Amino acid sequence: MSAAISHTIVNLPDQSTARLPKRNYLNNEDGLLSWLLTGDHKRIAILYLISITFFFFIGGAFAGLIRLELLTPQSDLVAADTYNKFFTMHGIIMIFLFLVPSVPATLGNFLIPIMLGAKDLAFPKINLLSWYLYLIGGTLTLAALVLGGVDTGWTFTTPLSTHYLNTHVITAATAIFIAGFSSIFTGLNFIVTIHRMRCPGMTWFRMPLFVWSHYAASLLMVLGTPVLAIAIVLVALERTLGIGVFDPTKGGDPLLFQHLFWFYSHPAVYIMILPGMGVISEVISTFSRKRVFGYTAVAFSSVAIALFGFFVWEHHMFIMGVSNYSALVFSLLTMLVAVPSAIKIFNWSFTLQKGSITFETPMLYAFGFMGLFTIGGLTGVFLGSLGMDIHLTETYFIVAHFHFVMVGGMLMAFLAGVHFWWPKMTGRMYPESLSKLAAVVTFIGFNLTFLPQFILGYLGMPRRYASYPAEFQVLNVLSTAGATVLGVGYMLPLLYLGWSLKYGAIAGNNPWQATGLEWQIQSPPITENFAETPIMDHEAYDYEWLANKTEHEVTTVV
Amino acid sequence: MVLPQHRHHFETEEQQREAGSFGMWLFLLTEIMFFGGMFFAYLLYRNWYYPAFAAASNQLNVPMGAANTAILITSGFCMALGVWAAEVRRRKLLTVLLVLTTVFGCAFLGVKYFEYKEKYELHHIPGNNFSVAMFVNPQDYPQYPDTYAEKPLAPDMAQKTQIFFFLYFAMTGMHALHMIIGIVLLFWLTHRAWRGDFSSGYVAPIENFGLYWHFVDIVWLFLFPLLYLINRHPLH
Repeated sequence: MSAAISHTIVNLPDQSTARLPKRNYLNNEDGLLSWLLTGDHKRIAILYLISITFFFFIGGAFAGLIRLELLTPQSDLVAADTYNKFFTMHGIIMIFLFLVPSVPATLGNFLIPIMLGAKDLAFPKINLLSWYLYLIGGTLTLAALVLGGVDTGWTFTTPLSTHYLNTHVITAATAIFIAGFSSIFTGLNFIVTIHRMRCPGMTWFRMPLFVWSHYAASLLMVLGTPVLAIAIVLVALERTLGIGVFDPTKGGDPLLFQHLFWFYSHPAVYIMILPGMGVISEVISTFSRKRVFGYTAVAFSSVAIALFGFFVWEHHMFIMGVSNYSALVFSLLTMLVAVPSAIKIFNWSFTLQKGSITFETPMLYAFGFMGLFTIGGLTGVFLGSLGMDIHLTETYFIVAHFHFVMVGGMLMAFLAGVHFWWPKMTGRMYPESLSKLAAVVTFIGFNLTFLPQFILGYLGMPRRYASYPAEFQVLNVLSTAGATVLGVGYMLPLLYLGWSLKYGAIAGNNPWQATGLEWQIQSPPITENFAETPIMDHEAYDYEWLANKTEHEVTTVV
Repeated sequence: MVLPQHRHHFETEEQQREAGSFGMWLFLLTEIMFFGGMFFAYLLYRNWYYPAFAAASNQLNVPMGAANTAILITSGFCMALGVWAAEVRRRKLLTVLLVLTTVFGCAFLGVKYFEYKEKYELHHIPGNNFSVAMFVNPQDYPQYPDTYAEKPLAPDMAQKTQIFFFLYFAMTGMHALHMIIGIVLLFWLTHRAWRGDFSSGYVAPIENFGLYWHFVDIVWLFLFPLLYLINRHPLH
């Protein structure tokens, strides 16, 4: 095959003779208990994958209901207060139960030890504990939902959440408090593992960029989440005991809550996006057959995003009566975050330049990420500038902005990663043409849903209302139609990935001919990952090393 | 007693020990951030409501607080000796020191109980039972000489003492909760120490618990001056 016009690099074993490895982490032990009490990071990743998929579709159902209500200008499908509960549930579930754990707890959990050449994360029991905490948090969220819902919005703004509402704020707050600890433990585990569990030869600058971006995200989890925890504890105490730490009538300051809340919740968006950026680095390098351009810059840009991310939170509060001078500083710092983000986008673009690009499904999602994240990021600069923010904040512009980053960016990255490592996790390939179709459908549906919302917001349609003036209807109908397409785009992977578990082609060790350590072991891996501790003797993304590697495997296949 | 080996996913015992200790330090970092939220609130309101904070601070029982500081430091000292005793593999000494650590920890909580009780009797617990009488009419409380009788607070500023007391209870309460968790862990560690688990060179749990216990000490060393001491001066 001529390399210049190579259509695909997929390299599967002969299907007539190929079998899944006899011994792997999936069949090492049998029975439900062997899963529920497992210490194996790969099994915990699978448990997480199942749970977050479940919550993703519940959160998605609420998104569907929201869009359905907004089909007409009047609030006719549900009453206004029910609508409030819908968007609150959508926000809580999608942020705390899907986006925050999505890539780290599934792909990160599965891959970080393998990429470092370790047998497991440093603390397997804490890893399992974090999954149980997640489940308790998830169950409490569902309990709040079944008992009658919460209508504060996911931001729990005081004094709305402390004084004016009699919905299940405490149940939902407890859920988030507990789910927060699950996230802290994941982050703590990753940091210790990355510092202490690297195999011989695995220096910091030989680590895949996926690991670097998880390292940065873990720092945010560990340092930010406790502040959310204390903010939530204070809200709960204020509701139950009637003390006034956030209550202006008793001398408290509602802005204090905003400071504490956004001190976590702004870095939280980087907790969500950074691991996704790690996925994109791996995917783009593999499918353009090139080392990531400016490896060191991309690695440090993750850390820079984490660092800057801690000093921009006040941009959520520009219209809340903060000092003009501090707003100036925070506006400037907000713009600075665009620099490391742009470094990533430019470096990925230069990685593509003169690469041997092929268009497998993960690559399609990665392209989607690059385009949509760029739009999402640049509109963030609009919102970070003080004058524009006053016009645009609390409108659909901001809704569109963060959905471009979180759905267009993060969810695309998550799907890219799930497809990319699916052969490694299950040993089987997903159906290629159907998955390409799903990627395209998702991209079209996404743009149809959220592009109109930029215009709606610019024209002044506020967020969080069940009804709107009739002249906004056309754009809202477009958006709802897009949401339907998007829904189909998300259902497709659920169906064909499920199908592939039994009927997918046998993938073999390295279907993509990728360089990472995870591709040099069998698929699915054995419980200990490596039969013997690997020695890293080359840089990350070294395709020359891969080409030279002939029969001499890093580890023996069992 | 079998020498505990490192778990299967570590290459060496040294790696396991380093990982455990590093994990503990990181956990303590999250604790700093957790308490940090309350210290931030304290800083804010202390600047806003300085007279209320000064008056309310004068109602705290300094002798009891000082005694508790001494008790807690002694407890931390016993813990530090305990880590040493584990390292030199002296089982009985370690057990005794852990028991002493526990006893001083419980003593701290006991003193705290009497302090809280006093606040309850004075209606200084924020919430429905709260009363500002003492700050508006200090002359009615001659038995509390700390109250500055010539300079009662204006009623609206007196209301703000509730925020001070809330922060007092939230911060010392959260600290006490950490003490209680620590004491529960101490019972378990003492049992294991008596059994001889830490007499063969495997001291990681003692070391890591020691870090936690010292952290709890240090939190108190910030709480005591901030809540009890630094506001007293201007009133006298």
